Amino acid sequence: MKVVVDEDKCVAAGQCVSAAMDVFDQRDEDGIVVLLNENPPPELADDVRNAAAVCPALAIRIEE
Amino acid sequence: MTEADVRLAPDEPVYYYQDDRDAKCPYAPPPGLRALNDEAPISRGRIWDGSTPWLVTGHAAQRAILSDPRVSSDDKQAGFPYPNQAMAENAPHHPLTIFNADGADHTRIRRMMTRPFTRPRMEALRPEIQRFTDELIDKMLAGPKPVNLTTALSLPLPSLMICALLGVPYEDHEFFQKHARVATTSEKTAEDDRAAGEALGGYLANLLQVKMETPADDVLSDFAARIKAGDLTLPEATLLSMILLIAGHETSATMITLGTGLLLDNPEQLRLLRETDDPKIVANAVDEILRYLTVATFGQRRIAREDFAFEGADIKAGDGIIVPLPAGNWDPVAFPDPERLDLTRKATHHHAFGWGIHQCLGQQLARIELQVVYGTLYRRIPTLRLAVDRDELKFRPADALAFGVSELPVTW
Ligand code: SF4
Repeated sequence: MKVVVDEDKCVAAGQCVSAAMDVFDQRDEDGIVVLLNENPPPELADDVRNAAAVCPALAIRIEE
Repeated sequence: MTEADVRLAPDEPVYYYQDDRDAKCPYAPPPGLRALNDEAPISRGRIWDGSTPWLVTGHAAQRAILSDPRVSSDDKQAGFPYPNQAMAENAPHHPLTIFNADGADHTRIRRMMTRPFTRPRMEALRPEIQRFTDELIDKMLAGPKPVNLTTALSLPLPSLMICALLGVPYEDHEFFQKHARVATTSEKTAEDDRAAGEALGGYLANLLQVKMETPADDVLSDFAARIKAGDLTLPEATLLSMILLIAGHETSATMITLGTGLLLDNPEQLRLLRETDDPKIVANAVDEILRYLTVATFGQRRIAREDFAFEGADIKAGDGIIVPLPAGNWDPVAFPDPERLDLTRKATHHHAFGWGIHQCLGQQLARIELQVVYGTLYRRIPTLRLAVDRDELKFRPADALAFGVSELPVTW
């Protein structure tokens, strides 16, 4: 699994961090998404898919 | 009459948007609104000014329309479906804010406001939220009963938190709660609306000037530094501060009060909260209660920029579009048996905070406040119950911007 984030789209809603805290963080100055791990291990796959699904700005893309 | 009206067949039945909730079941969305979605994910509704904007009721359709670049949030365009007359009259004077800006403008404004509300920062505030909650419950337990939960806990907690974040003295809370309430009611004149805005604005502009001289570690000081650096004007910073202050008040308060009413009506679900100390279970429960109640009943509002086909409907440029969030949150396709409150349900895809780039900025603060309150109140007061019959509760009319009751008398 490969995760791609689009910083320009991100509106800092923080949903991704709630869903998968080991994979996403938010930049302190403005809350923009920070990708901690672009190849998350399989045990986090469900959480990461959920993060992409709840991102209101459609800023997270997953390549399986 | 707008052009959109002309295209309706004369005898076509039109749903009156924002009819009241069912008195027997006041925690559920109006039954008429839910029934629309059984027919189609998009239909037309009549609103207070007689116009008939589109109502997008399906969960998937709500996501699609709220992510569609062919619709705009610009509330200055003719045909925009305003929630009430006062807001319609004042719209031409509205400056650009996070609510009515699109695209790059929206991104620019939103990014100035997001810093204090990130999930990691909110998580760091959890102990403080817990401390405020415990103190308010201590006070409630030490005082006379019954007590109105709204004034004892629901309003003071979010109020304390938003004041601490912004750097606004809590001593002034009666002043701004009064004016914040005007922003969320529908029974007001355009003049009331403007007067409340001016009173709050004057107060916050003053405070911003103080923070320019003596900054502290808070949002207003952040804005003050941007004014000094020339990135923001004082009126712009005042407006951003006002939005945060108002938004931080009523909605969380309503969720605490109504959530308690709802849980007391569902004792077997309440038991789950009373008996767990697992933060994951509590967090899950909060999202389900958010889904169930969807207090932002007015819905997100948009206007079409161009003609396009959507879910079988021909949307024309200039058509108003309303996205009634409670309907999407009770769409059985997204939430099977939506009328069942099930605190173990996976409900994080709900639309209680809206959807798309305008999704609520303060949602992580709201979530943690609710997690702390729901996780603490019923464990500390296991015998909590309503002090009046539920029929005696006075629910706000359906056209209020946030659903709620002003009084929830409880005892234990
Ligand atoms: S959920 Fe989406 S919009 Fe929100 S912080 Fe994460 S990437 Fe950004």
